Amino acid sequence: MASTVSPLRWKHLHKVLSKAGPFSDEDWVPGQETISALETSKVLVIGAGGLGCEILKNLALSGFKDIHVIDMDTIDISNLNRQFLFRQSDIGKPKAEVAAAFVERRVKGVRITPYVGKIQDKDEDYYMQFKIIVCGLDSIEARRWINATLIGMVDPENPESLKPLIDGGTEGFKGQARVILPTLSSCIECQLDMHAPRPAVPLCTIATIPRQPQHCIEWAHQIAWQEKRKDEPFDSDDMDHIAWVYNAALERAKQFHIHGVTFQMTQGVVKNIIPAIASTNAVIAAATTSEALKIATSCNPYLDNYMMYAGEEGVYTYTFEAEKKPDCPVCGNLARNMTVNPDMTLQEYIDTLGDRPEAQLKKPSMRTEEKTLYQRFPPQLEEQTRPNLKRKLRDLVEDGQEIAVSDPAYTIDFRYRLLFT
Amino acid sequence: MTDAFPSALAGPSSKERKYDRQLRLWAASGQQALEESRVLLVNSDGPWGNQSTGVPGVVGVETLKNLVLPGIGGFTIVDPAVVTEADLGVNFFLEEESLGKPRAAETCRLLRELNPDVEGTYQNKSIAELLQQEPDFLAQHRLVLVSGPIKRSSLDALRKAAEALNIPVLYTRSVGFYSTFSLQLPATFPIVETHPDPETTQDLRLLNPWPELAEAAARVNNLESLDDHQHGHVPYLLLLLHYLEKWKGAHGGNAPSNYKEKSEFREMVRSSARIKNAEGGEENYDEAVAAVLKSLNPFTLRSSTQEIFEMEECKSPKPESSDFWLIASAVREFFQQHGVLPLPGSLPDMKAQSADYVSLQNIYKSKARKDVGEVIAIVRRIESQLSARPAHIPEKEIEIFCKNAAHIKVIHGRSIPQIDGEAHTSKAIRNNINIPDSLVPAFIAFQVLDNIITEIQEGTLPSESLDDEAAWTAQTDRLMAILTSDDPSAIDEEAREHILDATQELRRTEGGELHNISSLTGGLVAQEALKVITRQYVPLDNTCLFDGVRSRSEMYKL
Repeated sequence: MASTVSPLRWKHLHKVLSKAGPFSDEDWVPGQETISALETSKVLVIGAGGLGCEILKNLALSGFKDIHVIDMDTIDISNLNRQFLFRQSDIGKPKAEVAAAFVERRVKGVRITPYVGKIQDKDEDYYMQFKIIVCGLDSIEARRWINATLIGMVDPENPESLKPLIDGGTEGFKGQARVILPTLSSCIECQLDMHAPRPAVPLCTIATIPRQPQHCIEWAHQIAWQEKRKDEPFDSDDMDHIAWVYNAALERAKQFHIHGVTFQMTQGVVKNIIPAIASTNAVIAAATTSEALKIATSCNPYLDNYMMYAGEEGVYTYTFEAEKKPDCPVCGNLARNMTVNPDMTLQEYIDTLGDRPEAQLKKPSMRTEEKTLYQRFPPQLEEQTRPNLKRKLRDLVEDGQEIAVSDPAYTIDFRYRLLFT
Repeated sequence: MTDAFPSALAGPSSKERKYDRQLRLWAASGQQALEESRVLLVNSDGPWGNQSTGVPGVVGVETLKNLVLPGIGGFTIVDPAVVTEADLGVNFFLEEESLGKPRAAETCRLLRELNPDVEGTYQNKSIAELLQQEPDFLAQHRLVLVSGPIKRSSLDALRKAAEALNIPVLYTRSVGFYSTFSLQLPATFPIVETHPDPETTQDLRLLNPWPELAEAAARVNNLESLDDHQHGHVPYLLLLLHYLEKWKGAHGGNAPSNYKEKSEFREMVRSSARIKNAEGGEENYDEAVAAVLKSLNPFTLRSSTQEIFEMEECKSPKPESSDFWLIASAVREFFQQHGVLPLPGSLPDMKAQSADYVSLQNIYKSKARKDVGEVIAIVRRIESQLSARPAHIPEKEIEIFCKNAAHIKVIHGRSIPQIDGEAHTSKAIRNNINIPDSLVPAFIAFQVLDNIITEIQEGTLPSESLDDEAAWTAQTDRLMAILTSDDPSAIDEEAREHILDATQELRRTEGGELHNISSLTGGLVAQEALKVITRQYVPLDNTCLFDGVRSRSEMYKL
């Protein structure tokens, strides 16, 4: 096979890169320089799932030549309805490797380097090598981590340290794409409340007064399993485990005359399944890669900075500039106000941090400027600060006082100003 | 007890596992509709003169990808093009070995790899030829996708043939950073399962409870005597009904009707909550307080349902009418008799003891069943009045209709819009073109391109070049003249500039596609195809434009 590719191969793409349009910047110089800039832009794709497969294909067919991809997952049968780079025979193999190999084989001249693992395995030096980072993730925790990491990397003296982050997300017929210029524009953390977790069902409802089939499933999953099979870790990918929970839920539902427990619902509840289809992924993935092309080449203005999409009723998009928040715990410089009941104990307060849409911190440690309120590690410090958990907030902090909260999932501290109700 | 459970009982089949994430959106019924459908993709209509091979067809193939993956029954690709070097740089469903081979065959082969459940065939001919040679060809398909721009005569022949067979058509164009597509639906296209936001669909009938519900509320009579636990677990719905009776007693039998009265009523409920208990408040009362403003509204028929009831087909269904119209007619009669629609019967979750909640839920379910029974009886009567109905409409279908009755929808399909076509198209264009940020100028630019392609393919354009200044100016002027024939000021100066900008952007790629924009558009078009085929959710009515320069879209009824 000839190693050179005919110039006709990239005819359509090269036209928009070789000719100014009515909306391209006046100072923009189209032509070979722009094409070279694109071909030498190293880009990182985080996630090789529903969005990631599309993103890899789109970047390769947008003229990017050096693409890296990170994903820790392996291929499951339920991926095949949308993750079009995978086949039945790939089930069980790492997504990043299979996806990278497929696109490399199909699109001549592109190099795709997979990494099977977590984004947290990599350090700043690693992320510094990329020009652009495109995210197709289903986890808010991973988004927050990369967001904070890229913001932390920005060195005002070095323009190369600013890595545009393009983020996509979908749920059923809905999705969003956004462009984040770390420290300059609104970030993931500024709009964290838009990723609010589903409100959890109170434990007392699950334990004593179930009313919905979902309550029975939660009981089987959280309580019955603990009682009957506590020595075995529950694995939501093990069909036998799901079947056990399903049967236990069914039995409980019968007892309370509740209808509607199904196997499909059981799986949905215990795995927190979000519906996903090929078409929505295609829309959102292409929205992110179109921005990547525009950022890498300046052939047209890029998204400033958020596009929402909903496809249940016709085709609806809403494009707007999400606001950069001065009290954003990651990119702002002010502490974020948080209203609390001063009669809560510190333990109760800590428990609420996991569910509060503006915090979503599962394992927080915290301190004021003067003292440590609660610290999980090391064990001696934990033991020392444990008595505080039983004390009321009003006995530990003053109204309006600032606290710094850390969480093992993130590298930074979150600053909150506690306002008493 | 749970130890005795057999494992892996009633687990999902491998097909259910593969399609799990989509079955949660359109259920087995939607999946079945999908699997029973064959889609036709007309992916090009021959070269554009001797300088271009014609439509790259990426958007068509990307659309099919999004239909093959969820398991459409089958597809046919009609495309006379041969794979060129430029195709390989933009189309993912071609490979090095495809060069020089028929594009229809190659894209068909690589798309089929995505899903072994899907059947795919191809034709290397032009669609006009096929329609002439094989009269039964079109009727094998449930939906037609057309990748434009294609010459006017081919498009017209295809859309008219499809219209005669009641087959929906999606006409798509993706050029540079812009794309547009229009959906041509049959004259009436009814949808039962519109999947509205569950928040907006609650129908609790608090202001006009039926006897069983009123009785249940009447049993809540001495709240004061209840202990804290019982008091905190009375379902909020019964609390509201209880306090409504109290309110009515003091207000001449009238329920609170305006904002001021509802606020007073809300205060009455709020102040009845116990706050000196261990929890310092009661969740069921909080729920009741929160529900006052949105739940205490008299039943009203949505205007879209009202309109359906006014339609001739609903008022007097005919033997050949579809099931939808017969059931709609029966529901209309039910409404005329009762002043309300059949009760959907679902109850939101609320703080309550299990048994109390279940018994309240049963009151709603029984009423819903009773209403369905009444509607079935009316349907059977109408069926017997209309002779020559092949079979009874299944009860399940009537039940689903009743559950969704408040949110049914009928779209009145329009032809693929063309500026020199029907009068409503130019009127809608004039109404929307001068609005700031309107994307209608881009629609006009696409029409200019369509006309130029038609001229090139028909050999009436001397230059055969897609970037011919004179051709673009002449076609733009011609369309502007049509739009402003009655009123020269119908298009303002700014809109004229926007049209010019949009044509410049289209000319930049000379009709070429960018993969990102075609992939995005293929996602949007597939989404519409899925909605049309499953008859679930609400499809586009009727034109969408996507502007990849500014990353935004608009819908227009043209």
